[in-house]
Order: sequence, then C-alpha cells, then structure tokens
Amino acid sequence: MVEPVISMAKKARSRLAYAAAFTPPLLDPEAREPELIAGPNGKAAKKRYNVYRNNVTVSLVNALADTFPATQRIVGEEFFRAMARIHVRQSPPVSPLLFEYGRGFADFIEGFEHARTLPYLADVARIERAWLDAYHAADAAPLKPDALASIPPERLGQAAFTAHPAARIVRSRFPAVTIFALNRQEGAVGRLETAEPEDGLVTRPRLDVFVRRLPPGGAVFLERLIAGKPLGEAVAAALEDNARFDPAANIAGMLEAGVFTAVAVSEGGRR
Amino acid sequence: MSTKTLIGAAYLASAVTAALATGAAAAPLSEAEVKAAMDAGMEKCYGVALAGQNDCAAGPGTTCQGTSTVDYQGNAWKFVAGGTCETMELPGDRMGSPEALDRDIPS
Repeated sequence: MVEPVISMAKKARSRLAYAAAFTPPLLDPEAREPELIAGPNGKAAKKRYNVYRNNVTVSLVNALADTFPATQRIVGEEFFRAMARIHVRQSPPVSPLLFEYGRGFADFIEGFEHARTLPYLADVARIERAWLDAYHAADAAPLKPDALASIPPERLGQAAFTAHPAARIVRSRFPAVTIFALNRQEGAVGRLETAEPEDGLVTRPRLDVFVRRLPPGGAVFLERLIAGKPLGEAVAAALEDNARFDPAANIAGMLEAGVFTAVAVSEGGRR
Repeated sequence: MSTKTLIGAAYLASAVTAALATGAAAAPLSEAEVKAAMDAGMEKCYGVALAGQNDCAAGPGTTCQGTSTVDYQGNAWKFVAGGTCETMELPGDRMGSPEALDRDIPS
C-alpha cells in the first residue's frame, strides 16, 4: 500500500523534531536529558541517555587520541584528554567517518590557553593530521624522472605539475618534524638537538607514508608547484624566499619523495 | 609576474639536468628523511600474527586492526623490531616475510 504523502511528510517532520530534541544535549553534560526519551515500557530513560551521551564524547576523544598519538605523548594522557574533550564539545564531527575527524584540532590547540607554553604543539598536530590524510588519500603512481627529461630545455620554465593526492606541506616556526618523529618512536623519546624552524613534507608514493624535512626555500617552491604554478615561477619564488635555495637538489628531492604524478608544458605559457 | 627574479632557461635546464643526474642517491631530502610510522624502527612482517592480533595504521573508526581470522595469516601483518621479521621461526616451518604471503589464507 502506498503511504499517503501527507502522512510521510508528517513522519519526516516528527523525526526532525525528535533529532532536534535528542541531539543538542549530547555534547552538553549540563543540559537536561530530553523528555521524549522513553524505554520500551514507556518509562523515562534518563540513565540510558546519559550512558549514550558519555559514549559519544569518549569515542570522539578516543578518535583524537588515535589520530594524534605524538601530540598526546608530548602533553600526557590526562592533559590531552581534557583538551580533546573541550574540542569535541565545541566541534562535533561533520563526517560519519571517524578517521576524518580532527581537521580543526590543530587550530584549536593553537588557540588553547593552557597549551600556550608549547607553541610547537599545533604544528606537530598538523603533521599528524597530514599523515592520516596522506594514508587515506587516493593511490597514484609518482612522476617518473623520464617525464621531466623529455621536456625541451627551453620550455622547462613553463612546465606545470599535477600534485599527488597524498602530498601535504606543513610549515613550522619550530622543529616540528623532529619533535613529531621523536614522539612517534617506540621506546624513550630522545634529546631534541635542534631549535631551527622546519617545514615538513608528507607523501605516500606507494603504501607507506613518509615525512621529510624540506631544505631552505623548499616549502615555497613546492607550494607554488602544487598550486599549479610553472617551474620558472616556483624557482624564482623560492630564491626570493631563501637565497640558499638549491633548485637541482629540490627537483631531485621532489621526484624521490613522489610529490607529483604528471608534468605538462602549458601552451601559450610564454611570457 | 609577482616575483622580481627572472629565471633563465639555461639556469633551469642545468638544474634539471643536475637533478636527474644525481638521482635518488644524492637527493637532499633523504638524509633528513624520517620514516614516520607509528612504527619507527619497526617493520611490517607478514604471516606472523596470531588470529585477531594484526596491526593496522588506518586510524580511528577503521576496522582492519585485529581482523585476521587464522593464526599466522599470510596477508596480515604485524609491526616487529626492524631486521627480525625474516629470522622469526614459527610453528610448522613457517617464516615471516616483509611481503604478503599466500599461505594460511582463510577460505
């Protein structure tokens, strides 16, 4: 039997009303349990609601702990979970896929009052988020050096690259890559021997995710290329950013790391 | 053009030639490379995990961790200390492998 349209619309409205009452208190432990929650026998089910409410927060805090293990190791579990709980309640997930949760966590950490004494913490979290993004990015074969060798030398300035889906750049005013690596190792955390700023490059040319430190000017160079700017412009920008920029070394490095999948010379790209 | 520096064709050509000549051996990034796994100093080893004890690095909400269904399943891996995978001796003359194996696959 076909349901009358009016009754379907009524049901949809009542479901929306139910969700509107059910959802907001989930992330607010001070809020009262919604009145419309009832057990199978029609009795109120406040305890059940509170069990569920607790599970929502705990599972999202656990998801952040799984995605940001180095960040948690730096501040300790107690501090991390307290910080994560605040973030969870301010920023519930927008995707049903838990591994996508936590894209706003690094920005939250940067503004988090109690983490101000650890100014590098947000950048470590950015590298961890980039790591998991790279892990789940689409597979693609990295660019072969031959493709670059086949471009006529006089057209190299107009060569533009296609970024690999997993490639990510994380710039930092702190030695964030080293701190990240030290805190992702098994066993004791070694001594931090550097205070130099580090820009990180995250790639996954095949199955494994790699995190590298970029040489001087390397981040500006790759950011331009990833944005589709031609090689000549990217080299010029990198040299302006840092006079120590070494184009040959950076081109060799980007091929080895698998930052791109294709290269083409843009027609009419001459200036 | 927003940048003031102009890059000559010859300069670029020699940079690319040098980059292709050095290849991976002299790549600048490799010396600073961090193989950032949750497993630094560890390697994936196939065919050594007991049922349900395999590792997975896919993050929260994923289900590959602990999903192997038979002991020493050939296509399930576990992180082990680097260099120990292939020397691991297992019951029934099995050996571990850094590559996936086709033995002990659940039907």
